[in-house]
Amino acid sequence: MIKIFVPRDAAALSVGADEVAAAIASEAKKRKLEVEIVRNGSRGMLYLEPLVEVTTANGRVAYGPVAPSDVASLFDAGFLDGKAHALGHGLTEEIPYFKNQERLTFARCGITDPLSIEDYRSHGGFAGLAKALQMKPIDIVTEVTTSGLRGRGGAGFPTGIKWKTVHDLPAGEKYVACNADEGDSGTFADRMLMEGDPFCLIEGMTIAAIAGGAQKGYIYVRSEYPHSVHVLREAIEIARRANWLGDNIQGTKHSFDLFVRMGAGAYICGEETSMLESIEGKRGIVRYKPPIPAIEGLFGKPTIINNVMSFAAVPIIIDKGGEFYRDYGVGRSRGTLAFQIAGNIKQGGLVEKAFGVTTRQLIEDWGGGTATGRPVRAVQVGGPLGAYIPESKFDVSMDYEEFAKVDAMVGHGGLVVFDDTVDMAKQARFAMEFCTIESCGKCTPCRIGSTRGVEVIDKIIDDVDREKNLALLEDLCVTMADGSLCAMGGLTPFPVMSAVRGFPEDFHKPSPNKFLADAAE
Amino acid sequence: MAKKAVKQTNGSRVDQFPAPTPAEVAALASCARHGNKPDELLEIFHDLQHQLGYVPDATLPVIAKALNRSRAEIYGVLTFYHEFKRHPVGKHVVKICRAEACQSMGTDALCQHAEKSLGTSLGGTTADGMVTIEQVFCLGNCALSPAIMVGEKLYGKVDPKRFDEIIGGLEKEAAE
Repeated sequence: MIKIFVPRDAAALSVGADEVAAAIASEAKKRKLEVEIVRNGSRGMLYLEPLVEVTTANGRVAYGPVAPSDVASLFDAGFLDGKAHALGHGLTEEIPYFKNQERLTFARCGITDPLSIEDYRSHGGFAGLAKALQMKPIDIVTEVTTSGLRGRGGAGFPTGIKWKTVHDLPAGEKYVACNADEGDSGTFADRMLMEGDPFCLIEGMTIAAIAGGAQKGYIYVRSEYPHSVHVLREAIEIARRANWLGDNIQGTKHSFDLFVRMGAGAYICGEETSMLESIEGKRGIVRYKPPIPAIEGLFGKPTIINNVMSFAAVPIIIDKGGEFYRDYGVGRSRGTLAFQIAGNIKQGGLVEKAFGVTTRQLIEDWGGGTATGRPVRAVQVGGPLGAYIPESKFDVSMDYEEFAKVDAMVGHGGLVVFDDTVDMAKQARFAMEFCTIESCGKCTPCRIGSTRGVEVIDKIIDDVDREKNLALLEDLCVTMADGSLCAMGGLTPFPVMSAVRGFPEDFHKPSPNKFLADAAE
Repeated sequence: MAKKAVKQTNGSRVDQFPAPTPAEVAALASCARHGNKPDELLEIFHDLQHQLGYVPDATLPVIAKALNRSRAEIYGVLTFYHEFKRHPVGKHVVKICRAEACQSMGTDALCQHAEKSLGTSLGGTTADGMVTIEQVFCLGNCALSPAIMVGEKLYGKVDPKRFDEIIGGLEKEAAE
């Protein structure tokens, strides 16, 4: 029977994948053709979604973006045999966008049926865990340390060190917590993996549990991701039934169980201690550190906390060895990062590449420039707390160290592209406004500072004592950066000051409310 | 379920409970389903919101008692999270993403269009009670901006025209 793949990823669904799948099924029925429709994850070429693939003798052939109204013509053109069509792209694996990537974490995503454990295993799944079940916990930690893996959530803290801290504490109640509160604009890698290859996350967390000696794990998923929650809950149930979770996993002495918790629209819960509070059923208020969560984390017990991408990198590290992973990347940034090209971009999607690629390569070679066809003016890298970088920095190598040198951060690798119609003063104001909305309120620099920040930027825009207020803004940003308890208030100055420094002309335009400026004089 | 002292015919007073409201029953049932565990409070709120459309204030004392927490703590959690609603909302909740990626593709214009065409502002509900529109920050569909979510259904590349079609679809669905 001919296999047809239509993604079930939320992004694909958002542009009509369900409707396309239904249209293919009914057209096949009408033509009395036997086809099997597999709902796979996304390949990450989101500009081609819904991307329909057909299995042929030469491999999978891609068509996209397909609308339900295209389906009849696809059948007419003979797409079931991989024949040419206006929407055809030839073999999926040969599409340059896909071919030029280095897929380690996303090796299976878009290829398999996300909820088929057989599919997962036949594509190398659980090989890492099978190995880990036979290893000494300390050897797992060593392997992760060797790989050079650093926290993919943005902070870039060495994962091996975190794990070692938990490992070295006396045995007892310990936890593994996965931060899947992917709240940063411009990021969707966590979502894509949870929906496209959920077993990979389950496997990575189970390996972490063995390494740290934890019995229970939680995945904290934001409520804006209902699809991810459904897929994960189903995948966990399937893994339990197949004894890849639960008591005595695969007949060994290791036991581990996993639960999904849904957030409730609070950006701050992506901060690790705030997330712990939220999992405990409390207000998502940031905790003081120390004690670090590795020592006193969830319910006051030692906890390994990592981002989805960090856990998902672990199975391949254990399977192929830390050195295999370390051989990708540059400097102290080892392995690959799932870059996400978003915003005003012609060919948006996920590009997994070793560290060292440049912003220009990503937005030009992969992204194909802006969606509007206008010149790119600014790219915000690393989410709402990341810097806006101007064109002059597009050739900086994307790795933790090189980016830090130019006052920017790679973070989780999300890129939001803006064309030349963007008003950077407005973006700076939004960064402060966002902080007022999402601050947990515990510390003053973040809670009050952001409110004052909005007011000061409004005055700058209105040309009220502009130079004085620009100096004041800089001062305020220093206070927030140095005095805030966590990254929310601590990093909000990044987008603000990068806009002021990189795009000063936008802060010196005539006031839109000229009478205010006049009145002030 | 506040107790009410009722005077009996023999002159003695006994405490009587008024019949619990459906919301209170739902709250109790949800707490029980979650083992009355305080750490599952967010799940309990999600449950209630799913069933009732919002979390009525009247359920808070019930939840507090079931989880053995103070009312203040329960209230504090409910009001901390943007997702939870304390008042009835429209039949359909439409979340419009206002974060940076969607900004770069014109979400500000989309929000203005939505407010104007539906005759309500962000956070408000249409006069006929059909649609509530609200802002969210990121729906994870940043390569297909602007994005909106209706209930649990995500939409990408939503310009004003597509927005009208989606809303029109909801109205048509209701009419049938």
